Amino acid sequence: MSPEDFDFVSQLIKKRSGLVLTPEKGYLLESRLLPLARKQGLKSLEELIAILRSRPEEKLLHEVTDAMTTNESFFFRDTRPFDLFRDEVLPKLIESRQAKKRIRIWCAAASTGQEPYSLAMILNEQAAKLAGWQWEIVGTDISTEALTRAQSGMFTQFEVQRGLPIQLLVKYFKKMGDKWEFDPALRAKVKFKEFNLLGEIGALGNYDVIFCRNVLIYFDKETKGAVLAKMAKMLPDDGLLFLGGAETVLGITEQFKPIAGQRGIYAVVK
Amino acid sequence: MPTCLIVDDSKVIRMVAKKIVVELGFEPVEAADGQQALDACKNSLPDAVLLDWNMPVMDGIQFLIELRKLPGGTAPKVVFCTTENDLGHIQKAIESGADEYIMKPFDSEIVQAKFSQVGLL
Repeated sequence: MSPEDFDFVSQLIKKRSGLVLTPEKGYLLESRLLPLARKQGLKSLEELIAILRSRPEEKLLHEVTDAMTTNESFFFRDTRPFDLFRDEVLPKLIESRQAKKRIRIWCAAASTGQEPYSLAMILNEQAAKLAGWQWEIVGTDISTEALTRAQSGMFTQFEVQRGLPIQLLVKYFKKMGDKWEFDPALRAKVKFKEFNLLGEIGALGNYDVIFCRNVLIYFDKETKGAVLAKMAKMLPDDGLLFLGGAETVLGITEQFKPIAGQRGIYAVVK
Repeated sequence: MPTCLIVDDSKVIRMVAKKIVVELGFEPVEAADGQQALDACKNSLPDAVLLDWNMPVMDGIQFLIELRKLPGGTAPKVVFCTTENDLGHIQKAIESGADEYIMKPFDSEIVQAKFSQVGLL
């Protein structure tokens, strides 16, 4: 791929998704867009880029963004954030939300659904304490394809073996042919919406906890700051933000501060 | 160094599993069936067991039941690693004392994930 083509495509993707592709990530463009070019009946990536330059249709632009922003995900990814949510965050929420009996969680990069479904299982395991409560998990992602898979609730054998304890597989999944289906009743409590983090965030409503893990890492500093500012507005005074292990708010915004001893969790500063 | 007993009647699977557990920091011990595995455990209990289901002489489930009866036999973390991939088999394994369950085909990532889940890593 020529440097001009790389610049053109990386600018296009940044504008549409915020994803910053540095030249050393050029291989990602090739590995992800070549299958898309072939799907379009094109012989090469160059042909696809020529079309993107000359007659860019929204559907194709969407598919290009989709292909570049779909990231791998697995159940209870990194384990620790979910342990912290279950053992530290949730008990406090149950205490502080006694009057409203309502908990809302936003997974801002839900991908193929493993993160929101992991949280749904944690909440369901606390069913006794949450009797009479309303809890809602909203999973959003920029990728239509990822969300379609998330909504289907179907996972491969490989996917259910990455991070999901076997007791939870037995309890919440049913084998359907060579796939595993996540419990439909619990699935119904997780809502999925297509959403671009660069877009207007207000329509999504307010949340008690936001999970935005392993997303900011792909954005430049300015975009990170803009996204975090929007999220700060959606949280109440005691709202919390979960970021990925390699992400931080330090040097980007003062609207969040790390919580001592709870790596990856940030408290909103109002 | 922690030990991992690899129990499988396939030499090829044992070889693949051995490479994976060595990379994870375990000293491998091999057994070709449940009886051999049980004899090895009577001699010295491993920290982890990667266990096939269908084997000649003594199958994985029978071995697991016998292992758990040994003095200190509840300590080793037992991870099934089998082609049996239906809920019935998984449930039976858990009821018999398995800590985790891997459905073949497997790779190093899955073994690592399962070993982490049961606190071996």
